[in-house]
Amino acid sequence: MAQRAQPINGRAGVVAGTIVVASVCLAFLGIVLRAEPGAGLGPADWQAIRFTVVQATLSALISVALSVPLARALARRQMPGRQVLITLLGAPFILPVIVAVLGLLAVFGRNGWVNDTLGTLGLPGISIYGLHGVVLAHVFFNLPLATRLLLQGWQSIPAERFRLAAQLDLPPSMVFRTLEWPMLQRILPGAVALIFVICLTSFAVALTLGGGPKATTIELAIYQAFRFDFDLSRAALLSVIQLILAGGAALIALWIIPQLPLTGGMDRPVQRWDARGGGQRLLDGLVILLGSAFLLLPLASVAVSGTLGLPQVPASVWAAAGVSLWVAGLSVLVLLALALPLAGWIAIRARGSAEAIGLIGLSASPLMIGTGWFILINPVMDPVRLSLPVTAVVNALMALPFALRILVPGIREALASHGRLCLALNVNGWPAWRWLILPRCLPQIGFAAGLTGALSIGDLGVIALFADPDRTTLPLQMYRLMGAYQTEAAAGAALILLLMALGIFWICDKGARRYAEA
Amino acid sequence: MLKLKGVEIRQGAFSLAASFTVERGRRVAVIGPSGAGKSTILGALGGFIPLAKGRVYWDDAEISTLSPGARPVSMLFQDNNLFPHLTVYQNVGLGVRPNLKLTPYEIESAHNAIQRVGLDGMAERRPAELSGGQQSRASLARVLVQKEPIVLLDEPFAALGPALRQEMLDLVRELVDEIEATLLMVTHAPGDVARIADDVIFVEGGQALAPAPAAELLQNPPPALQAYLGS
Repeated sequence: MAQRAQPINGRAGVVAGTIVVASVCLAFLGIVLRAEPGAGLGPADWQAIRFTVVQATLSALISVALSVPLARALARRQMPGRQVLITLLGAPFILPVIVAVLGLLAVFGRNGWVNDTLGTLGLPGISIYGLHGVVLAHVFFNLPLATRLLLQGWQSIPAERFRLAAQLDLPPSMVFRTLEWPMLQRILPGAVALIFVICLTSFAVALTLGGGPKATTIELAIYQAFRFDFDLSRAALLSVIQLILAGGAALIALWIIPQLPLTGGMDRPVQRWDARGGGQRLLDGLVILLGSAFLLLPLASVAVSGTLGLPQVPASVWAAAGVSLWVAGLSVLVLLALALPLAGWIAIRARGSAEAIGLIGLSASPLMIGTGWFILINPVMDPVRLSLPVTAVVNALMALPFALRILVPGIREALASHGRLCLALNVNGWPAWRWLILPRCLPQIGFAAGLTGALSIGDLGVIALFADPDRTTLPLQMYRLMGAYQTEAAAGAALILLLMALGIFWICDKGARRYAEA
Repeated sequence: MLKLKGVEIRQGAFSLAASFTVERGRRVAVIGPSGAGKSTILGALGGFIPLAKGRVYWDDAEISTLSPGARPVSMLFQDNNLFPHLTVYQNVGLGVRPNLKLTPYEIESAHNAIQRVGLDGMAERRPAELSGGQQSRASLARVLVQKEPIVLLDEPFAALGPALRQEMLDLVRELVDEIEATLLMVTHAPGDVARIADDVIFVEGGQALAPAPAAELLQNPPPALQAYLGS
């Protein structure tokens, strides 16, 4: 079909896209200018590349493998608290990494609950540091994401098919083969690809649980080259490799990454007549129990130790909380200013194209962008003074691909239903945004803003590069407390951080929804 | 007057030819079998469907090169004629100015239009709080303030019951008289034709025939129209 006339044009989107691409390319240029040729990759760099790929592969495969039974159990069981659990599955996505790490340490750490139990039973303990820990933390973050993606898949199987299967009295293995396996074949590759890409550029997890020559990701190696050795040439080289690796993976993944599940529409379990046997019920119950324990125990430990640690929190934590809040606010503004025009542009184009711009956020590593801007700003002024705005902008870029996935379908829908009416009334350009798109897409805008705010408030990335000793964000302040073995104060800070991340998400998401309904 | 000169519309394998003139102030029904291209004709006049050939004139000015919003046309579609998130007043006001920055005089005329179509006191409601008939009235209030010389109705009342539809047609008839507009409306029902139309354009076999007086045509339908009407 020929392209239909639309009430909005893509000009603002092209400008926004240019800004995004330019900010990444400039950073890249800054790095390349400082990179000295001939340095080559040392054995430690090769080790980092290998570790990055291995941990991302393992994290993706394990997350998805575990999510299959969990999603299956949730899809076919009705039980009290099911809806709450599904909502909670969305939480790790906006959970500050460092908070989760603290929770995981409490459960799986040297003196954690699991090792205590193993010790009492006389069994050897497990270590949370190194490859184990990095993969464990990534599974903690991505198992829920994978579960939600799969749950969406299960819900896409029409209820009539299950009725037909019941009518034919198909045994469980046949139900799996005829109904569930085809769906899994469709969804699994995308889920694996998405998680693989997310884990490739992971920094905070590697910073806290990895480290050492054997467990360093490329991202962490960039940080170390920059911060400890101030070896810009090596940082530049690693950034190039990171860009090629993650960019390549993201480009491939673009074609198979599924729609991100929004909060709504997961509330009704399909009525099922199969899987009624006692063994299956027991198995599903066990899976759900283990899954919830894995997700909830670390959070519970943060809540408990955080409440106990709250009185120990130094004033610097509250100051950092204030700083984080305005970084997150700025980040949300930057995101909306970029994402809305971009999403509008993508929405009026033929499907599938242009969205690649959003992927820059996924593939370009935050530390690479930070390093590049550091180099560019350095001759002009002290980069540390710009650390907070740069952090906010980089956070916005990182949230961009998710925001686009959320906004574009909403804008497409608004244009499909009422774009014609806008044209007929000559409601074009800004008025079309003002009277059609913004009000129609308010829930999506709130969701994207909340996601960005929460991701930004919990981010421990670029800020670690610039690290102003006096003015810093809450995640970095918390990391410093952990490094100084002020465990109780760190726990208190974790609780504050957790509440702030969830709070900013809740306010944006629910606020926009309520306003849209009013 | 509205003049279609050698107009041809193509959509894939479908094509439709139309060459006719509608005099100013006439009320014209567009009838024909499903898929014959009734809505296509209106969509082309509204500027939503490109012409493969030919031109459209209003009086002596060519309008077929104008964008939909710039044409001297107000159009109601089968559905989605109102923005669901805006109030009746805002929906009507957008017909006056696309940025909704209305002068006091325009605000008053929007409210008058709302009153005129019988939605007194409902200006602040949203479409979801109105019945189907009231929603139709709200979109007609907007047609009233748009004051365009051509009104195109693409079966906007199709979802209403027979009695309500007749009520709406009577209202349309009054309104187009008030703003002295030329009306083209798609319909399926011969009853509608008799109720409102002066002329009939019969669309069939890839052609839109020139308008013929409604009464005459209904009494002595040519074979193709007879086949369509049945009985």
